[in-house]
Amino acid sequence: MSDTVIPSPEISEPGELSTRRMTLNMGPQHPSTHGVLRVVIELDGETITKATPDIGFLHTGIEKEFEAKTWQQGVTLTDRVDYLANLSNNLCYALAVEKLLQLEIPPRAQWMRVMLAELTRINSHLVWLGTHALDIGAMTVFFYCFREREDLLRIFEMFSGQRLMTSYIRPGGLALEPPRGWEKVVRKFIDAFADHVTEYEDLLNKNPIFLRRTQGVGFLSLEAMLDWGVTGPMIRGAGLAWDIRKSEPYSSYEKFDFDIPTRKENDVYARFQVRVEELKQSARIVRQALDGMPEGAWQASAPHVVLPEREKMKTQMEALIYHFKIVTEGYSVPAGEAYAAVESPRGEIAYYAVSDGTSKPYRLHMRTPSFGNLQALPPMVEGTLIADTIASMGSMDFVLGDVDR
Amino acid sequence: MLSDQLREAATAAAIEARDSAAIVEGKLELGELTLVIQPATILDVCRFLKDELKFIRLSSVTAVDWFPADPRFEVVYHLHSLDRNERLRLKCRVGGESPQIDSVTGLWRGANWYEREVFDLFGIRFLNHPDLRRIMMPDYWEGHPLRKDFPVHGNKYSYQNE
Repeated sequence: MSDTVIPSPEISEPGELSTRRMTLNMGPQHPSTHGVLRVVIELDGETITKATPDIGFLHTGIEKEFEAKTWQQGVTLTDRVDYLANLSNNLCYALAVEKLLQLEIPPRAQWMRVMLAELTRINSHLVWLGTHALDIGAMTVFFYCFREREDLLRIFEMFSGQRLMTSYIRPGGLALEPPRGWEKVVRKFIDAFADHVTEYEDLLNKNPIFLRRTQGVGFLSLEAMLDWGVTGPMIRGAGLAWDIRKSEPYSSYEKFDFDIPTRKENDVYARFQVRVEELKQSARIVRQALDGMPEGAWQASAPHVVLPEREKMKTQMEALIYHFKIVTEGYSVPAGEAYAAVESPRGEIAYYAVSDGTSKPYRLHMRTPSFGNLQALPPMVEGTLIADTIASMGSMDFVLGDVDR
Repeated sequence: MLSDQLREAATAAAIEARDSAAIVEGKLELGELTLVIQPATILDVCRFLKDELKFIRLSSVTAVDWFPADPRFEVVYHLHSLDRNERLRLKCRVGGESPQIDSVTGLWRGANWYEREVFDLFGIRFLNHPDLRRIMMPDYWEGHPLRKDFPVHGNKYSYQNE
């Protein structure tokens, strides 16, 4: 290229070059947002000077709806917040309600919860990996990820009867007895999974386009992340080894041996590395859960909270009464408030449950990880090129249902 | 004045030692520390908690409507100290015709959207908030959906004219 400036036909004087800023609407429908998100972007050339996310398109009033449902019915709403982390949300809700009820959960149910939560993490990271790579032009890995995701959805269906809206982890334990032959299916999946992770890595780690588009892109300092309320793999990609599974273990996570992967680079590529490493760590936890799964009850012995077995309900008077009471009026939860936090695939989920002693929640607030993470989009993309926004947004791994609730 | 049980909680004792009038009441239940703070002192207490006691994370801000009690609302802050692995719940009771409280966005920028959400869904104003607009509901919406006197099945919207 020569240094000759081609004069634009409308502009005669060099001093009068048009420097007007341009406002661009990204969304509400955009392939890279994987949901309904509008970002109003102000551009100076190709550099973003200001980004304003506009959310709320998927607001369905889930928190209001909780107040009209019994504690028992509320489980189904937790599935609908984040379509990739249903079981994590089920678990967080169950922990908050159990804290208020002061229920003791048997070890088998706790281990089963851990195993399912980790399979959920694998599922969520696979969808993230496939779509994130797809967004920045690496198409093949998507098909590999969704191949394994299909196996996981079959496992969820085997347990709960549902592929997405599982409602399987409930206050008091699990919804149903673990199905016959589940060990074999989960073990088959996990045995093959290590090789699959290598496949994904081979497709991306040495892919020069993927590296160029992700390395050194989407930087946000650790201090800024803490300030903006960012959690999860993003903050671990910035070098902070904080994981609620380790720092505030719940559901007997303290009995499992796993590492918290961290990276220092704090860019899109670092977040990719952290998530891929988390896939391996989750597989490790699932294997430990398979090997050491305790025998025994899978529900707490709390007949006023847990639905009785079908057989007992049909043959025993007392079980029938409990069943009738739970299904019609629900169980009442002692007045008080509880805050339960779990590490979901995207970061900190925390449910703040307030009970006034009746059978319906007085207030239930969901602190969802995507909401906190998406807030940090403007500081991350302002001053960078518009083409990098796709990579930056992808690395945040937000689910818009989780943002808007 | 703090109860003896609360005095054992270092965080509560530290706040009281600094400003004896800041804490209205408190409780330690289910392993969670809750302190009800005078609304006028919220910024002061939060600055102290963040700078001195290292509560560097603001996990969430939300509200509870205790209609028809007066003051009607509780604004609830969940703070988290990574250093000491400790969580703390702060509450401020606000009420009146136009409930309002100081914004903590100056301390944690992440409070921005949480406060906008409370403003949108409860109608509590946050003073000195940089961008206090509705966040979930459309701008033309009337009322605040999470208030207890707002029906679950909304009464304002009609599909007839579409």
